[in-house]
Amino acid sequence: MLELLYQFISQNLLMPLTTFLVPIDYQSNALIVLQTVIKILAILVPVLVTVAYFTYAERKVIGYIQGRIGPNRVGFFGYSLWGLGQPIADAVKLMVKEIVIPTGANRSLYIMAPILSLAPSVAAWAVIPFDDTKVLADINAALLYVLALTSLAVYGVIIAGWASNSKYAFLGAMRSAAQIVSYEIAMGFALVGVLVAAGSLNLGDIVDAQSGSIIHWFWLPLFPLFVIYFISGLAETNRAPFDVAEGESEIVAGFHVEYGGMAFSVFFMAEYANMILISVLSALLFCGGWLSPLQGIVPDSVFSIALIGDLLGEGIHWLLIKTSFFMFLFLWFRATFPRYRYDQIMRLGWKVFIPITIVWLVVVSALVVTNVPPWFD
Amino acid sequence: MIEQVVFYLFSGVLVFSATMVVVMRNPIHAALFLILAFFASSAIWLLLQAEFLAITLVLVYVGAVMVLFLFVVMMLDLNNVTSREGFIRYLPVGISVAVLMVVAMGLVVGSDYFLGDRYLAIQQFDADHSNTRELGLALYTQYLYQFEIAGAILLVAIIAAISLGMSKLKINKSINPDKQVFVKKHERLRIVKMKAETKKGESEA
Repeated sequence: MLELLYQFISQNLLMPLTTFLVPIDYQSNALIVLQTVIKILAILVPVLVTVAYFTYAERKVIGYIQGRIGPNRVGFFGYSLWGLGQPIADAVKLMVKEIVIPTGANRSLYIMAPILSLAPSVAAWAVIPFDDTKVLADINAALLYVLALTSLAVYGVIIAGWASNSKYAFLGAMRSAAQIVSYEIAMGFALVGVLVAAGSLNLGDIVDAQSGSIIHWFWLPLFPLFVIYFISGLAETNRAPFDVAEGESEIVAGFHVEYGGMAFSVFFMAEYANMILISVLSALLFCGGWLSPLQGIVPDSVFSIALIGDLLGEGIHWLLIKTSFFMFLFLWFRATFPRYRYDQIMRLGWKVFIPITIVWLVVVSALVVTNVPPWFD
Repeated sequence: MIEQVVFYLFSGVLVFSATMVVVMRNPIHAALFLILAFFASSAIWLLLQAEFLAITLVLVYVGAVMVLFLFVVMMLDLNNVTSREGFIRYLPVGISVAVLMVVAMGLVVGSDYFLGDRYLAIQQFDADHSNTRELGLALYTQYLYQFEIAGAILLVAIIAAISLGMSKLKINKSINPDKQVFVKKHERLRIVKMKAETKKGESEA
């Protein structure tokens, strides 16, 4: 259905547009540019809507976990609709608020910091495959690209902390810098494990390498790396229980304490977009992405039944379900675990996770070299 | 055509940001311009179809090294005035070093290696070509010993840096979490029964 919509837009909107407006020599190039823009919008608009409703989901889920109701008043057209209008009302409120730039702040960097934190988490979506065919940029070094971009998110935090010219913000930035650098190593090693197991840096190939059945997915042979990847993802996104960069009880709100209005909400969007990114990557790298968990369990003939076969067989809906599960884990952890103490975070990153990943890399390499079934035969 | 536009764009950004690293008065701004310079050079590497090196440059230098660098620069209370002192006095030394570097670069770039057939014959690969695989094969077969030696030197350097940092003269205040977890209430807390204190003149109610 998505393909049909894309074909329709491409043929009835973009083709006439380019034929009328662009000189004949550049028409094919212009068409490619416009089609890419449409594809980018088709990825980014759902991502940003998900970001908005992820904040709503967080308040609801944590509310129910703590025996509260959560937001339930703001709706549409006089109906409260379980508070579904809340994210939109919040967005409007934040947009009309004034952005106060503190005295002594470094103006240009102060404005740039939120943008720097949102841009990489959005840019990383360029290489995320949603299906066998649906991917914006099918590049060879996709995994490396994602790792590089997630490591850039720290700059928004550091620059915000420094440019605000505030003690609390600066302390938050320092904590965050140390934490992200430490956990990036464990995260990188976990991804190297995936690379060894799949034999490719291309995300689509990595998912294909997991096909077979639910036990062929990499969560089983790479179980320690899977756990470490997700926990490092928690730490990289500065989420509870690793949210010392914000640490309300000690440093008020950490790096974004001086920010208000839209500048603050861009930080917020970056954090949530990063969480969704980590979730979708966990689903792709360790849980078979768009592959169906029923594959290899029910006979293959089931997948060729009309409608039911499409639902049970592989497809983007499985990727969305798996991603939603990991997104739920982020919220669940926040409601469950108390915040780690700072030295414990450092100890966990350097003395526990990195040794485990190195050992497991050796194990995975041995499994691959000796062609251990059912994964690597 | 488009490749040339991209090349000149990123070269311009690279030269500009590299200049700003030297010129900027604020060390933080200088460090941020250095990051921009890394990005621009990474983009130029991408033009040369060296995607592994380009992304690794961003991952290692921008994602890790410069974060630590900024960390240190932000913590230090660098005084702009004192670092500017003696500009005239050091100028001749600086100029002579710069001239030396320009001459050395000129000799390298102007040598036979970059002229003629060798320079023109940069291979164009198709989209399926994996730069990462090529590099890995070269490093682990042809240049295995050099690679292993470099790795060993780095390992020694890491151990040396850590052992220097953990000098025994300093008092180490780190806490052992294993012991900490097993602390019992009676080891830390003493509950005492006593009568309420009263001020003089107050009746003991």
